[in-house]
Formats: sequence, structure tokens, C-alpha cells
Amino acid sequence: MTVLRDDVIAWLGAFADAIAENKAYLTQLDSDIGDGDHGTNMDRGFQAVRAKLPELADKDIGSILKTTGMTLVSTVGGASGPLYGTFFLQAGTSAAGKLELSLADWTALLQAGVDGVIMRGKANLGDKTMVDALVPALQALKEAAAKPSDFAACLLASADACEQGMLATTPLVARKGRASYLGERSAGHQDPGATSSHLLLRAAAQAWADAGN
Amino acid sequence: MKKLINKPEDVVKEALQAIAIAHKDMVKVHYDPNYIVRADGPVKGKVGILSGGGSGHEPMHGGFVGMGMLDAACPGAVFTSPTPDQMQEATKAVDGGAGVLHIVKNYTGDILNFEMAADLAKAEGIEVEAVVTNDDVAVQDSLYTAGRRGVGVTVLAEKMTGAAAEQKRPLKAVADICRKVNAQGRTMGMALTSCTVPQAGKPTFDLPADEMEIGIGIHGEPGRTRMKLKTAAEITEMLVNPILEDLPFKSGDNVLAFVNGMGGTPLIELYVVYNEMAKILAGRNIKIARNLVGSYITSLEMAGCSITLVKMDDELISLWDAPVKTPALRWGI
Repeated sequence: MTVLRDDVIAWLGAFADAIAENKAYLTQLDSDIGDGDHGTNMDRGFQAVRAKLPELADKDIGSILKTTGMTLVSTVGGASGPLYGTFFLQAGTSAAGKLELSLADWTALLQAGVDGVIMRGKANLGDKTMVDALVPALQALKEAAAKPSDFAACLLASADACEQGMLATTPLVARKGRASYLGERSAGHQDPGATSSHLLLRAAAQAWADAGN
Repeated sequence: MKKLINKPEDVVKEALQAIAIAHKDMVKVHYDPNYIVRADGPVKGKVGILSGGGSGHEPMHGGFVGMGMLDAACPGAVFTSPTPDQMQEATKAVDGGAGVLHIVKNYTGDILNFEMAADLAKAEGIEVEAVVTNDDVAVQDSLYTAGRRGVGVTVLAEKMTGAAAEQKRPLKAVADICRKVNAQGRTMGMALTSCTVPQAGKPTFDLPADEMEIGIGIHGEPGRTRMKLKTAAEITEMLVNPILEDLPFKSGDNVLAFVNGMGGTPLIELYVVYNEMAKILAGRNIKIARNLVGSYITSLEMAGCSITLVKMDDELISLWDAPVKTPALRWGI
């Protein structure tokens, strides 16, 4: 069972939709412990990505993801631009030349993306960032993939773990980014970056629920 | 939301268009990617000085582009770091053959985007150095935070560093001046109100009418603590004392004192604060060699102020006094 190029494009479009729908919510989360621009910035970036998708229809998956990354770097700004940009650039490098993704390919791609985010932002688990959602998601994906289970079920397990990681950021005291200036006052608020990361993986799980069928 | 704007998403672009025509004797504006450059640049043989950051802090940084200060400023979306392509293009535009200095405020977004931009510029053969400003004493500099924010000292560093570059000092010497100003400067800010990012449509946080935030940054984010409003005398003590203790400033020191408005506070109130600050410093035998009072590093319409003190010596005083001609600061010419 594999994810095809068109499925990848569908995922990116679905994530762009999720960002647009949740723009005000992400902005609210970012107002509580930041400067209130996460929703606006991500929406701007993913509208730009969406506009590029038609011309990417005949490229390999690596190129699609790398172009997505470069577009985000030049349109999102803030910390999210370089972080999400690096996620997609590294994921794209992992998927270079591929026209379809097996479960193993997706796992390697997600690993590369998460490694990129950690390399760029230097966050550790527990710092109250997107890493707190992405690392559990990657872990759950690997555990599910090690058992005999289909692609869709693995994606669901991964998205659920991502959601749990996102929710678990709420009590944390931020040690990275703008939220860290608030000290203890950052506790009790869900991290906006972890929230958009969950939307990313949930969009994949939903878009590819029928992948390869 | 009550603002003097058209559509929220057009605010930055329209402001840049105005800067291009209002100040065409001093600057030029480039679009897509957006940056503001000195009109008579690049100046051959001079280190190019580039800074940038989110919009919404005007006049910082675009208002400081011109002779004796910045060669280029890269404006991002409101309160959002600019992107690497902006700094990459602007670095090339200000390269006079003597290298380029990036002055970067310590915020995660700024650091990441400027890092990526410096890599791109270096790959094209331009010598780039970066100095990070991190003068905010409200944040504990520890392993458990993103580090101290770059705030008021950034303005003062841009002026003195710009003067050093104008004298055709080499890149390392110019960068060292910037590092020295940052190392000898400390800042603390407070807010009476939040501010409203145009595209968010409502204030970033709610502050009751009788409360204030101590230890704010410049992006409308909440500060370290919230408490009931006090008098200007009490507030000024709460700002100045942590600054004095942190460096520490000592009896006999000569300082540059900067009382900065956050954008929504009138000049008359900044002067009231300055009066209190001057009393405190006199009481500690700290001399005010030079000063700056006004709204230079703002947070849209936030009411409040920040105080920055920089320990000065004769060299820094002469760099501060050197001529400057920018939209926001102009003397000696």
C-alpha cells in the first residue's frame, strides 16, 4: 500500500485548509503566550503553497516537499517559517525522486523532517514546542509500523499521539521561543506550534485514509 | 479595532510606499523581497550595516536607514521576523566591498531567519558578521529561556555602530563597537495597555484599567508580572533598579540614558519618567552624558515605556555625537 504523488498534493491542500479554518484559533493560542501572529503567518505561507500546487503536479514527491519548504521559508517569517520550512526541505530531501511513498518511506521522511526541526530550533522534549507533538507522533508511527498494520492505521496512531503530545504541552513552562519570556505564566496554555503540527499530521491521516485503495 | 488603516493585510506595504516617497532624499524601497536601503548606497569601502525585524516597531528599523546609521532595513509582517530572502538581497545591495554586519535582535524568529540569510550571503562570497542584541533584564538569561530579548539598546547600537562604519573602520572593528554597546547596555520596559495587531483584530492581551505589565517586550506579548498601577516615581524605580543592579552600574559611571515610548504614551509622560530617572541616577552619582527621549522602538499603539542605560566612554560618546541623517534621527548635518 502506498501514497501516491497526487495524495501528497491532496495532503498539502488539506493542511492549507485546516490552517485557514483554524487561523483565528492559532492566533488566539499565540496571543496567550506569544505575539498573536502564528495563525496569520501560517495561513499566508500555506496560501502561497496552495497557489504553487498545480505547477507541482508532475514533479517527484521530493521536489513537491522541497518547493513547499522554500515557499514557507520566504513567506511565513518568524520562527515558524524556518522551522516548518526546514521540516519540508529535509522531508523533501528524504523523498528525492520518489513518485510514491511506502510506509517505510513516510517514516523516513517524517524522521528527516523532525530531525530538521530539532537541528534548526534546538528544542528538547518538554520545552513546550512543536517538538513535543512531533516526536511522540514519530515514535507512535514507528511502533505501529513494527507491528503488522496497514498504512492508514499507522497514520491514525501517529496523529493520535501527536494530539496527545499537543495537549500535554498545556501544563509545561516554555523554555524556547517567545513563550519562554513569560516564565511560569506560559503554563496552562496549549502551545500554538504543537497545535499546527497536530493539524499537519491529522491532515495526512485523513487525506490518506484510503491511500493506495 | 480603531486604527488609521485601510485593509489590515495592506498596512506594511502602504507604509513602505509612503516611506519611499516621504524620505526619497535618504532612502529607496525595494519590493518582493521588501527592504529599505540608503539612497546613496552602497558606499564603496564602507562596511554595510543591515538590520531588520517585524514591522510595528517604527521608526525601528526603516527609520534609521541613512548616513551614519543603517545601510538597509528588512521589514517583516507586523511583529513577524523577515525572511532570509529579504536579508540575502539586502546584504548584496549594501555590499561596498568591505563586508556586511547584521545587527540581530535576540528573538528566535530573527535569529533563525538571519542565520539562514547569512549562510546564503556567505555562499555568494560576501563577508558577513552578525552581532546579537540581548539587553532586556526582564528575562532571566538561562538554559530555560530563549535568552534575553534585544530591545532598546538596539537603537543605540545601530547609531554608534553606524558612525564607526561611516568612519571606514574595518568589519571586525565595527562589529566590536556593536558588541561593546550591547554588553554595556541594559533595558527594562513596562506597559499600561496591550496593542492590536491589525490582522488579529483585537488586543494581544487584556489589561484591566487599573493594572500594568512589568517586564514587557516589544511585540505586545504579556510581561513578567502584572500588578496594580503605581506612580511614575514607583514605576521608574522598578525599571531603573534592575538595570543598575544587572550590569552593574557604579558610582561615577557616565551613561547614555534612553527613555523610550512604546508608541501610545505621550512625550509629556516620557519626560515625567525621565525626571524620576534623573533623580535616581543623581542619587547614585551616575552621570547622564547623553540622552534620547521619544518613541523609537515601539509596539504599535502600546502605552508604556522602556528605559535603556549604556555605560559610555569617550569613544562611544564621540560615535553617538557623530553626524547622522535618517528619517528618525538627524543631527550634525
